[in-house]
Amino acid sequence: MTITRVAALVVATGLALSGCSGGASGGGGTTIRISANAIKGGKNSTEAEWITDYVIPKFTALEKSKGTKVTIRFEGTGVDDAPYKEKTALDLKTGTGADLISIDGIWVGEFAQAGYLKPLDQVAGASVDQWDGFRQIPGPVQSIMSFDGQKYGLPTGTDGRVIFYNKQLFARAGLPADWQPKSWDDILAAGRKLKQLHGVTPIQLNAGTAMTEATTMQGALPLLAGTGHEIYENGTWLGNTPQVRSVLDLYKKVYGGGLGDPKLQQNPQGRDESFQRFSKNEVGILLESDYFWRSVVNPQGGIDPMPARDKDVGYALIPAAAPGQGVRGQDAVSMSGGSGWVINPHTRNPSLVWDLLTFMGGHDAVKDEVRRAAVGISPRQDVNAETLSGDPLLNFIATKVLPITSVRPGLAAYPQVSTALQKATGDIVAGGSVDQAAKTYEQNLVQAVGGAGNVTTG
Amino acid sequence: MRAEAGDGPGLAPAAAGRRRGERPPGGRSQGLVFVIPALLLITVFLILPALWTLYLGLTDYRLTGLQAAHPKVIGTGNYTQALGDKEFRDALGRTLLFVLGSAVIGQNVLGFVLAWALRSARASVRALVETLVLLAWILPGVVVAWLWIAFLKDQGGALNTILHTSGHDWWFDHPMGSLIVFNTWRGTAFSMMLFSAALSSVPPSQLESARLAGAGGWQQLRDVVIPGIRGHILTNTLLISLWTFNDFTPYLITKGEPHSASAVLPVYIYLTALPGERLGYASAISLIMLVINLLLALAYVRILRRRPA
Repeated sequence: MTITRVAALVVATGLALSGCSGGASGGGGTTIRISANAIKGGKNSTEAEWITDYVIPKFTALEKSKGTKVTIRFEGTGVDDAPYKEKTALDLKTGTGADLISIDGIWVGEFAQAGYLKPLDQVAGASVDQWDGFRQIPGPVQSIMSFDGQKYGLPTGTDGRVIFYNKQLFARAGLPADWQPKSWDDILAAGRKLKQLHGVTPIQLNAGTAMTEATTMQGALPLLAGTGHEIYENGTWLGNTPQVRSVLDLYKKVYGGGLGDPKLQQNPQGRDESFQRFSKNEVGILLESDYFWRSVVNPQGGIDPMPARDKDVGYALIPAAAPGQGVRGQDAVSMSGGSGWVINPHTRNPSLVWDLLTFMGGHDAVKDEVRRAAVGISPRQDVNAETLSGDPLLNFIATKVLPITSVRPGLAAYPQVSTALQKATGDIVAGGSVDQAAKTYEQNLVQAVGGAGNVTTG
Repeated sequence: MRAEAGDGPGLAPAAAGRRRGERPPGGRSQGLVFVIPALLLITVFLILPALWTLYLGLTDYRLTGLQAAHPKVIGTGNYTQALGDKEFRDALGRTLLFVLGSAVIGQNVLGFVLAWALRSARASVRALVETLVLLAWILPGVVVAWLWIAFLKDQGGALNTILHTSGHDWWFDHPMGSLIVFNTWRGTAFSMMLFSAALSSVPPSQLESARLAGAGGWQQLRDVVIPGIRGHILTNTLLISLWTFNDFTPYLITKGEPHSASAVLPVYIYLTALPGERLGYASAISLIMLVINLLLALAYVRILRRRPA
């Protein structure tokens, strides 16, 4: 029959078999389940370790001292962001799923509109606003997990995108060790020098639908910001415009000019493989968020550890197309996002889950999370003041990137717009022309945002 | 399958039964009692979901956002859009190629050749080959998918190591060709077993007479064996075509990449429905797919009926 229904059924059955929504369990205690796209030894390993080695034992002991028996189960997964989102949406839709769920901040709006999430004070009671932790979290960071002026969850931090480069390859290609490109042409020029090295992919600029949101966040959107425009401005979405075409043109120069590996973009495991190649000194330049530094090439607990990371991996601001041409007239641009915890509205123990959440967002727990590199820039100012100076990249992001960064529009139509952008870059990588890709992009965009009236053309 | 002549729904059952004078009184109602559980199951698990899919296909239902909470009925927009959508038609074309290449030709021919060749093989050889072919069939899809990703991998893949063609990316350069070879390998066991059974039902005396009449190997096959198992061939082709048409295993290997070049219809529907989050549109395509399935089945049944008794 229909694949969707079968898929939903399979997911739902799996959940039913794995024990359904949290609630009272045997032994007189209470069971709480935590779900995150993190797993020991795999994706976001340090986050999984923080939960199982710090949060669970500490919180269980704390509750025990108050005379409450609590069992916390961590349900880790280590998959791409898209399937994790599907699973989470289906969980919430069918009234199952964990009590405390980690989600990307950009999903809050669409999940809230779908009725999958409820504002925190509706789930856990009006007392949530009295938690003193909120005073430590700046407004813009709180807004990561907010929608329509209401708090839906607790942010775990924020991030920023930069250009990472391999200093060993740069030295071999005769490029400077402290590189800061001033324009897109500077990036292409460096790429052409790196191209002379045997067995090296000069530039990894995420493209295509296989990399899903990574294409948009680490590719199309920061480049678009470098043209002085954002994808959603003054109530309309950017269609087939000179800005979008110049972004696609840069893709064309990279992938049509032999500066990038088109195959890697269309490989289902392409993003992971690009990380692997970077760590093996086979990729010169790569756009990523601080996640790459903390969780991929980190010599401690990274997926593709680089023993001499601090010496071998350089980072620079993402330049605008040309100096002064970025959004707000900036020379350099970035994109930021963040994720956080939400409480499943179907939980049977809302106040206990809220207690757990405030414990996880408290000073000591967040500090331990930062110490494990499970989070980069924490949401808490008191913790950041103590920790950021210890990591050069995070300090760089906090002081140089966050002041110039942009965020995605938190609208339900955004994911489809993102898909349209991914398809357009994919068209270029597959050899299509800029004009054709931009035209198809606008068709998809119009369809995604409900009519040509919501799209800027020209 | 075939309705008996005169058994139209308008006829009173008792009258029909009396006229033939074969059925004991009450046989029809007893039969009905036996059929009801099956009908209920079919209604709950087939007809209702199909109607539900039909309804969803008329809406702008999505996985998240406002349209998830309050889907609007938008009429036949999804259906007309699907029929005019190049991506959908491409996916359908790839699926037909997949069915033709891997099922109608691949599994059928390879299955028959194996069954034919194994007839006269030694028992030990026969057991060994049958076990190997069956193994491909009974292994779980996820395991098989990983085996084939590893087998055809560009760097360090087994096939490239054997052929000394390191760096040749089979899944990337020949996505549909690789899928066809894969699915032929995966599904041949069924055809082989079915044909083995069918071949043993061809009377040796007929073959003997043909040989005495001077027929060569090919002539025996064409004039004696194939007419004798024509029904089996058609049934086999029907079953494996439908299975292949609905097969989702390609997703486990290629996820439809590169650039949708391996997105057969089930994969395309999945990509539209979940990562694409367009549940309404995906339902519309699903229903179109269901109709194609029914047409395929109908066509085979008609051909099957026309065979000489």
